[in-house]
Amino acid sequence: MSEVTLPLVEVSVRERPAFIAFTLRLIREKPLGAFGGAIFVLFLFFGLFADFLIPYGVNETNLRVRLEGPSADHLFGTDHLGRDVLSRVLIGAQLSMTIGFIAAGLATIISIVLGVLSGYFGGKVDMLIQRFVDAWMCFPDLLFLMVVISIIGAGVPQIVMALSLIYGIAGSRIVRGSVISVRENMHTHAARCMGAKTMHILVRHILPNIMPVVIVLFTTRVGAAILTEAGLSFLGLGVPPPTPTWGGMLSGTGRTYMYMGPWLALAPGLCLTIVVYAINVYGDALRDLLDPRMRGSR
Amino acid sequence: MQAYIIRRLLALLPTLILVSLIVFFCQRLIPGDVIDLMLSQNDLATDQDRAVIEAALGFDQPMYIQYFSWIGDVVQGDLGDSLWQNTPVTQQLAETMPITFELGLLALIVALTVAIPIGIYSAVRQDTAGDYIARSFSLLMLAIPGFWLGTLVMVFPSVWWRWSPELEYVPFFEDPLQNLSLMIVPAILLGLSMSAVTMRMTRTMMLEVMRQDYVRTARAKGLSEVAVILRHALRNGLIPVVTLIGLQVPLLIGGAVIMERIFVVPGMGLLLLEAISQRDYPVVSGVFVVVGFGVLLINLAVDLSYGWLDPKVRHQ
Repeated sequence: MSEVTLPLVEVSVRERPAFIAFTLRLIREKPLGAFGGAIFVLFLFFGLFADFLIPYGVNETNLRVRLEGPSADHLFGTDHLGRDVLSRVLIGAQLSMTIGFIAAGLATIISIVLGVLSGYFGGKVDMLIQRFVDAWMCFPDLLFLMVVISIIGAGVPQIVMALSLIYGIAGSRIVRGSVISVRENMHTHAARCMGAKTMHILVRHILPNIMPVVIVLFTTRVGAAILTEAGLSFLGLGVPPPTPTWGGMLSGTGRTYMYMGPWLALAPGLCLTIVVYAINVYGDALRDLLDPRMRGSR
Repeated sequence: MQAYIIRRLLALLPTLILVSLIVFFCQRLIPGDVIDLMLSQNDLATDQDRAVIEAALGFDQPMYIQYFSWIGDVVQGDLGDSLWQNTPVTQQLAETMPITFELGLLALIVALTVAIPIGIYSAVRQDTAGDYIARSFSLLMLAIPGFWLGTLVMVFPSVWWRWSPELEYVPFFEDPLQNLSLMIVPAILLGLSMSAVTMRMTRTMMLEVMRQDYVRTARAKGLSEVAVILRHALRNGLIPVVTLIGLQVPLLIGGAVIMERIFVVPGMGLLLLEAISQRDYPVVSGVFVVVGFGVLLINLAVDLSYGWLDPKVRHQ
């Protein structure tokens, strides 16, 4: 969200500017958003190359250096088993980023399918889907995830699946709204009058025009998925130990040692906050530039 | 207004049915081998056999019969018995729900007292340093996970000043002050994270409303700025904020689970966590019924208040 009276440059979505040009515009008009994007990319890099970046083995214990504060050898200190916190945080980034990206990607696809079905075809289908979405949104994300995971097991694929379903269904409403407005556009009517097939209209006229909304939706979902997964791990229901997760590092047995080594409480939470903050400001900036109508909403 | 209320109630019906179906199918999702797992994991279960659990979960009947007998019980206020403790689920819920409700209510009060004044300030002083600080704060609050904030509150005061929040739960009617001093820390943490979105929404809506003609008229007729904002702008600006509060209730409940876990508040969240770790599915679906229907009811209340706040809505 930002200044409501931003002088908006006319952007026709059909002639989408090249990625580079858009990035430059982002840097010029939304420096904070661009900064968030950069941090986001940085963490993505950490996640992708975590295996090469870690200075120590993730589960390599060394009892001689247990519960040591941050030092040159161990930048973020060590935990109660003498494991290097930095290494664990990096591998945690890998997991968080993977889950965030894949879950948000799948969720976006689900949202598009449901949103287009509901928004473009309308009528009874719309009615049915929307009442279902209403009912679905009565349940808190985290609670739903807890229960589903307790039934299907706490592996990465299961968590990704559950998260994408949760966010996919909820997000379909946003896609629907935008499909409805595009459906009434002149060019869509024109295409229909010329006898274009439904599939052709959907792919060539509807989809490109809802892309801005979809991109913003995807971005915010990455942050939400990362946060929810961390909450699940914090409650001890996420990916089981010894796999390090940001949420998991703040919970369980580690908690008792935080009173002796307060730095244990800092690194994972700080990383989470920074990543989610970066994604949020980036998403906000994208929204302002791509889709002025959505400004101020979430 | 009456017609509006009746219309809203009727529109609620299909959603209610779908909510019940979602809860039901979640319970049905439990594959058979989970029952074996339940038996092997739970040391309380030694004297129970598979058939007893299957019957308790109702797996021995066709699905539609299961649904109708389940929903029939739910309507009559019977949510079944806990698998491992021989107490009705409703009794456990009756003990824990008021606690979670209190936590949520306190958090909501905190959220609104923080969010609305700052949101108004931010809109009135748009693009000043104060506005930027308020907005950065709200973005930050959106990003900080509640469980991390809770952990920090537990760890650092204890390390630095040997102070830690009270963890011995006392019921409100036994000792209100003691109870509040215990609940206030989790409520503030929960409220702060909720205030972020509300603050953003208040600001956006106020900005929108402040540019309306009737606000200009109010100013032109010489009203003081305070009167313009409080009496003319705020009332209209707050309508969408009220809706937002309804939408945030699920978020609030999710956050409450985490706060209850950190601060050992014996509410519904803790009950749910315990039930999940013991795979006590009747309790789990009981919590879900209460949460699902509770959220629906709150949203209904929000919708009705919408009709009361905004005459246009009830005459549609």
